[in-house]
Amino acid sequence: MATEALTTPRRRLDRTAIGGVLVREIINFSSYWRSTTFSSTVEPTIYLLAFGFGFGSLLSSVNGFRYVEFVGTGTVATAVLFSSIFPAMFGTFVKYKFQRTYDALLAAPVDTEELVTGEALWLAMRAAVYGCAPMLVAMVFGLNASWGMLAVPFINFVAGYGWACAGICIAGRLNGIENFNYVTSAVITPLFLFAGTFFPLTGLPQWIQTIAQLNPLYHCVQLVRHAVFGLWGVVDLWNLGYIVAFGVVMWRLGIYFLRNKLID
Amino acid sequence: MSSQAPPAIRLRGVVKRYGDITAVAGLDLDVPDGQCVGLLGPNGAGKSTTMRLLTAQAIADEGEITVRGHQLPQRSKPARAEMGVVPQLDNLDTTLTVEQNLVVFSHLYRVPKARRQAAIERVLDIANLTERRGAKVDELSGGMRRRLLIGRALIHEPRLVLLDEPTVGLDPQVRQELWALIDRLRSEGVSMLMSTHYIEEAERLCDSVTIMSHGVAVAVGAPQALVARYAGREAVEIYGSPARLAEAEAEMAAQGFPTRRTGTSIAVLGLDDADGRAPAGERRPANLEDVFVLLTGEEIS
Repeated sequence: MATEALTTPRRRLDRTAIGGVLVREIINFSSYWRSTTFSSTVEPTIYLLAFGFGFGSLLSSVNGFRYVEFVGTGTVATAVLFSSIFPAMFGTFVKYKFQRTYDALLAAPVDTEELVTGEALWLAMRAAVYGCAPMLVAMVFGLNASWGMLAVPFINFVAGYGWACAGICIAGRLNGIENFNYVTSAVITPLFLFAGTFFPLTGLPQWIQTIAQLNPLYHCVQLVRHAVFGLWGVVDLWNLGYIVAFGVVMWRLGIYFLRNKLID
Repeated sequence: MSSQAPPAIRLRGVVKRYGDITAVAGLDLDVPDGQCVGLLGPNGAGKSTTMRLLTAQAIADEGEITVRGHQLPQRSKPARAEMGVVPQLDNLDTTLTVEQNLVVFSHLYRVPKARRQAAIERVLDIANLTERRGAKVDELSGGMRRRLLIGRALIHEPRLVLLDEPTVGLDPQVRQELWALIDRLRSEGVSMLMSTHYIEEAERLCDSVTIMSHGVAVAVGAPQALVARYAGREAVEIYGSPARLAEAEAEMAAQGFPTRRTGTSIAVLGLDDADGRAPAGERRPANLEDVFVLLTGEEIS
């Protein structure tokens, strides 16, 4: 028998199983990385350029930052969101429904919990890297380098994990890929716009500001800006705590929804 | 194989319901160690559900399932680690090469690093794909893909393999190629449970078959024994107009002989002790298909 003994009866979150899921993703990535890298980095960069130059010509500064610096740091969170929630939604659905990959994985010694964890870890790693693209582009347009930038990939990773799990929840909960449009329009677009990415929320009515506090993307934007501009404060513990909690809740929900879908 | 070895698979009174539908309705099933058991049944008999129960992708509502001594669903993970699964629907990663697919599965099935390459070479050899190791799955023929699908399930040298309709939808010559592959595993003492609705496949490859209908086992035994028991040595085929066939059917039923429609004829079975009462017609050896139709009431598609 070439198989390592599985002695513990109900060991949860077995690292070997998660590793197997990751290996599958990494090897697959070698066959499609070009297109994914293109869309994950070019899209937020276009936002950055469009808003940066568009509004940048009208506004000299926002909250004391040059507009390109404001948007360049804000769109980091956008890039993280786009490069994790969308591949999670579509990837999960395709692997469940069309490629039947999850049938193969669950017939192997891999449980739904490890499957979701492995998929989310992989997307979080990708988002950590892709999320840096707008920041690097902004540097070309004058954003100054700072030590705090080194924290950005880690912030991206935590946020990306939560968004990936949220995408898995959506795919696990909805029947039919066409229903994804509802979520994209009604949930993701408002999250993306009311996060303080393109304009500060301070100019908005109080009730919108209160609701925006619930938006994990808002906390991600805050963390990235504070890291890049060296403005760390106690509030960042709240910001970080919020995206960690978001990740944990989405992770458990993702496992729950996907298990309902995959196990009869 | 020693007789002490635990059975590869053992099901007792297994029930699985989906809402109002009972897919498996009190199934008993045994796969003794080292044997190839065929699960025969028409569509909807519960074969696929049974396969899903064995990998804990479906959880039984009632009954007991053990796989290589592991109780399911609690111990399903070690059970899954010890068996190979060939799914009915191809789920290979189509943008990857043959070899990359095997690398992925060597990780999923926990083949130790030092043995990984040798395991991959071994499977490439078994599946006769060594020459095509660098080809993308998309570029392979249907038969090659199916060989890879079977080979992939053998990466960790499992002693038990589940095959769900392994040759469905393939050309006759490709099917024979796969039969040779499955027969090789059988000769190596690998236990197998194979669901199929190709009677010939079960007759050729299986030590024993379980015929399923409406979620339960209606007959269990070696193919030849089942034929002898339910259909007898010979069948007599009566041809004629539909009216003539209906008449013959009623006549034989009155005499207590089981019959089956084959589309163009009526086959009269159970004639071993018929002596002079056997009807006139074309004689042929009885086969497993006769038993299948007799017991499940279904025509072969």
